[in-house]
Amino acid sequence: MKRYSAFAVAREALRYHTGWERAWRSPEPKRHYDVIIVGAGGHGLATAYYLGKNYGITNVAIIEKGWLGGGNTGRNTTIIRSNYLQDPSAAIYEKARSLYETMSQDLNYNVMFSPRGVIMLAQTEHEIRGYKRTAHANALQGVQTEWISPERVKEIVPIINLHGPRYPVLGGLWQERGGTARHDAVAWGYARACSDMGMDIIQQCEVTGVRTEGGRVAGVETSKGPIDCDKMGMIVAGNASHLSEMAGFRLPMESVALQALVSEPIKPCMDVVVMANTVHGYMSQSDKGEMVIGGGTDAANNYTQRGSFHHIEETVRALVETFPMVSRLKMLRQWGGIVDVTGDRSPLISKTPVGNCFINCGWGTGGFKSIPGSGWAMAELMATGHSPLTEEFTMNRFKEGKFIDESVAAGVAH
Amino acid sequence: MLILECPYCGVKAEETELASGGEAHLKRFGPGSDDEQFHDYLFMRENPKGVHFERWRHANGCGKWFHAARCTMTMEVFGTYAAQAYEPPQEIKDKITAKRPGWSWREFSDASE
Repeated sequence: MKRYSAFAVAREALRYHTGWERAWRSPEPKRHYDVIIVGAGGHGLATAYYLGKNYGITNVAIIEKGWLGGGNTGRNTTIIRSNYLQDPSAAIYEKARSLYETMSQDLNYNVMFSPRGVIMLAQTEHEIRGYKRTAHANALQGVQTEWISPERVKEIVPIINLHGPRYPVLGGLWQERGGTARHDAVAWGYARACSDMGMDIIQQCEVTGVRTEGGRVAGVETSKGPIDCDKMGMIVAGNASHLSEMAGFRLPMESVALQALVSEPIKPCMDVVVMANTVHGYMSQSDKGEMVIGGGTDAANNYTQRGSFHHIEETVRALVETFPMVSRLKMLRQWGGIVDVTGDRSPLISKTPVGNCFINCGWGTGGFKSIPGSGWAMAELMATGHSPLTEEFTMNRFKEGKFIDESVAAGVAH
Repeated sequence: MLILECPYCGVKAEETELASGGEAHLKRFGPGSDDEQFHDYLFMRENPKGVHFERWRHANGCGKWFHAARCTMTMEVFGTYAAQAYEPPQEIKDKITAKRPGWSWREFSDASE
């Protein structure tokens, strides 16, 4: 792999950019791999990357039915934060956030991590109490957050209306080291690094069946023929239930569409991420100038990648109250992604009833921010059979009543 | 936009008029059941790609609960029926069979198979 650098840009400028190589190879699948990862999204690619980097396992195939990073990795609102209440969630999300800080250098790929700060607005008395509690919990967990007054919120976000008609802004939970990153670049950066380690990223190859022998995973049937493996990781977000059924077990999971939209590009007006959880809207401004807006999930199960229109209406209505200037913006695009939601809204990173088959799913509405931490922990679990970060996220927690009880996915009232 | 016809008042209600009540025809387990049954009842929801049966409430209308048969891939609605039903009526099963031959959902399936 040729490294990207200022020197490389200068060198290529002098030879009409003829020297750039493809970022990753597109090989035909081999007959056998040590590890198969199903799903070349952020989480799948990150898992493969840390399997190679931390454990030297490079005979790995990452199988993707569409194109890499084309699922929820390319559909989210790119927010990164770790201000969670419960210890297990704070641990894995903070691990992820800290890995984002050095990801560009680590991958030699600019993921445009921008630690611009994230505010979660408190707009009811309950939220004030809740976020103060979270701030205290974060202090104990070593996650740097702070409870701030409405005046300080206004200082940070001048376009905000503190005295909205329904929900006045009563303060906020401020995480200064939270922010955003370029979502596609995260997938592309990991893919390039994985390919460089000799891993095969096999796109447009759908898994149609999972083969087991004596209770252990033996391989997968795909649209490009059968592939054998010693270990398998299922990391397919919204389609996790579908894939687990192929392997013969069920998941405590439901899939729904979650929507986002972006406005026309405007001049810089807000240099932080603002989340308004009571009214279910969150907003940040991309480097292109578009206001990136996220909304709520659909009420009923579906796999449409579209979402219900009235959720968009609710989200925009709420944002117009809190940010009156939004009412003058034209919206450019709207899209949906299929998120998989568990009973306690926390992910599953777990061994499964099938031997040597591991699952990483259920990130619900908050998967992007956790990509590096999730990959790091999943790689550890797959390579060594145990990871302290994933201990609490097992499938058995529902049986044992050990819920990770917060609406972890978005930290919102679902 | 999802539109379901309320089997009680006959109104073709769109989504904002309705409240989703999750998976239909659940058998409820409580005290006296074993751990596995209770766990499955609480957490193991059906999550099919395709035919799905759900409970809905005509919340901003007559207020009554009813059942709906729907496709989660296309949002197509196969029909709605009363809440007081232990299984989907034959007429709705036939409609689904006509459009999705070979369908199955929990213990219900295409009877022609």
